[in-house]
Amino acid sequence: MLPSTFDYVAPTSLDEAVQALAAGAGDAKIMAGGQSLLPMMKLRLASPGMIIDLNGIAGLDTLEESDGMLRIGALVRHADLENSDLVRDRYPIIHDAAQHVADPLIRNRGTFCGSLAHGDPAGDWATVATTLGAELHAVGPNGAVVHSAHDFQTSMFETQLGMDQILVEARIPAPKAGQGSAYLKIERKVGDYAAAAVGVMIVLDGTTVTEASIGLTNVGPLTINATDAAASLVGKSIDDAAALEEAGRLAAEISEPSSDLRGPEEYKRDLVRVLTKRALRTAGARAQGKEA
Amino acid sequence: MSDKVMVTTTVNGEECEALVEPRTLLVHMIRESLHLTGTHIGCDTTSCGACTVLLDGRPVKSCTILAVQANGRELATVEGLEAADGLSPVQEGFKEEHGLHCGYCTPGMMMTVTALLEENPNPSEDEIRKAISGNLCRCTGYVNIIKAVHYAAKKKEGAAA
Ligand SMILES: Cc1cc2nc3c(=O)[nH]c(=O)nc-3n(C[C@H](O)[C@H](O)[C@H](O)COP(=O)(O)OP(=O)(O)OC[C@H]3O[C@@H](n4cnc5c(N)ncnc54)[C@H](O)[C@@H]3O)c2cc1C
Ligand code: FES
Ligand code: FES
Repeated sequence: MLPSTFDYVAPTSLDEAVQALAAGAGDAKIMAGGQSLLPMMKLRLASPGMIIDLNGIAGLDTLEESDGMLRIGALVRHADLENSDLVRDRYPIIHDAAQHVADPLIRNRGTFCGSLAHGDPAGDWATVATTLGAELHAVGPNGAVVHSAHDFQTSMFETQLGMDQILVEARIPAPKAGQGSAYLKIERKVGDYAAAAVGVMIVLDGTTVTEASIGLTNVGPLTINATDAAASLVGKSIDDAAALEEAGRLAAEISEPSSDLRGPEEYKRDLVRVLTKRALRTAGARAQGKEA
Repeated sequence: MSDKVMVTTTVNGEECEALVEPRTLLVHMIRESLHLTGTHIGCDTTSCGACTVLLDGRPVKSCTILAVQANGRELATVEGLEAADGLSPVQEGFKEEHGLHCGYCTPGMMMTVTALLEENPNPSEDEIRKAISGNLCRCTGYVNIIKAVHYAAKKKEGAAA
């Protein structure tokens, strides 16, 4: 299957890319890993007139912690996150998710930022970004713009990113003392999107939850930030089974899964309930330095 | 405007040129311009891994990369595995341990395994299963493929010692 014809541009600087995108006036598409865009182009679900390939731009593969933020550049691949010691040691939710995004071959190409820009509620990274409160740094013809991961998706496959903007970097606040996180995904097989997945981040003072955040994958038209479920935990002990059950119940309540080949609605809703509890227990153990 | 472009790549150590449209997929350039038909097309929808080649040493799906994106880069395909002194350890492993039946998945599978052993010369069964989880095989049930990888790892270790 061949995509329809397009002009191919391979800029070597971000400025050039921004100019090309502006000149492409709505008919140009950025390509990062190409692992969502090319499949869509082959099926002619997308037929952009111009492809602007980011892969030749130096400096977009930054993966480092500086000034209290983890910086994930536009060319950081899923596999880079999977294999990073920094990520494994300090951002367990990212390490968890990285191993379950697509399959190992796709992970060698696909990017974290491309996944966010794709705006797919089935994407694992959007949930991670929401849960960790990522800042999304973009650039357009009028300069730099910062979006919040929380309200980044506007509808299925639509985001706040303007047609003329390039997502340059995601920045994630470095973990606080007492922070733990986890990502749990149920998939039918390797390379499948989640039947349901849950990301959690908590901060503990002793065993008391002082901050919490919960994100849900592929159980609604958008990535879900389960704020009520998260808020219900604040002030509770992470060892309080009833509190975890309640958070799971609230997360299930706010999810809006639809029945499909991955399972009926009730099943997915119950997955959310159970995965939320389990992810909270894992995050709690990690926050206390006891790996689960 | 989508004129053909010249793509220069190093394929299995040799410099190659091909004139392709920007929309040409890497797998088509490899098979149809370079006439290296060992790389297969299975699903054509980014799902099976039959088209796996190494791009700068990393296994990727050549049906989901544009040929132009390989310009100036290094490619390795199944044809490059065999050396002057015979089959590569991975090829030998697949032969000795019956790591294939129909052979359709085998070129891609062997490229993934070749990259795995470069990175991790002595992988556990779990590590092997994880590494090949993007390469589907409809015949073997994977058991003999895993044996083939262990064989290749041992063989390489012996050769290195
Ligand atoms: C078989 C299969 C299984 C998959 N399974 C999963 C899964 O389980 N979980 C999951 O999360 N994902 C999955 N994916 C998707 C994969 O993770 C993609 O890599 C990801 O969605 C897109 O990232 P990319 O870098 O490949 O983006 P591309 O395909 O290059 O681009 C995707 C979209 O984002 C835009 N874009 C990309 N980068 C930028 C940027 N920096 N600035 C502005 N716009 C940009 C493009 O224009 C395009 O519209 C799967 C894909 C396949 C083919
Ligand atoms: S042919 Fe490329 S993944 Fe199946
Ligand atoms: S040997 Fe037939 S598909 Fe693997």
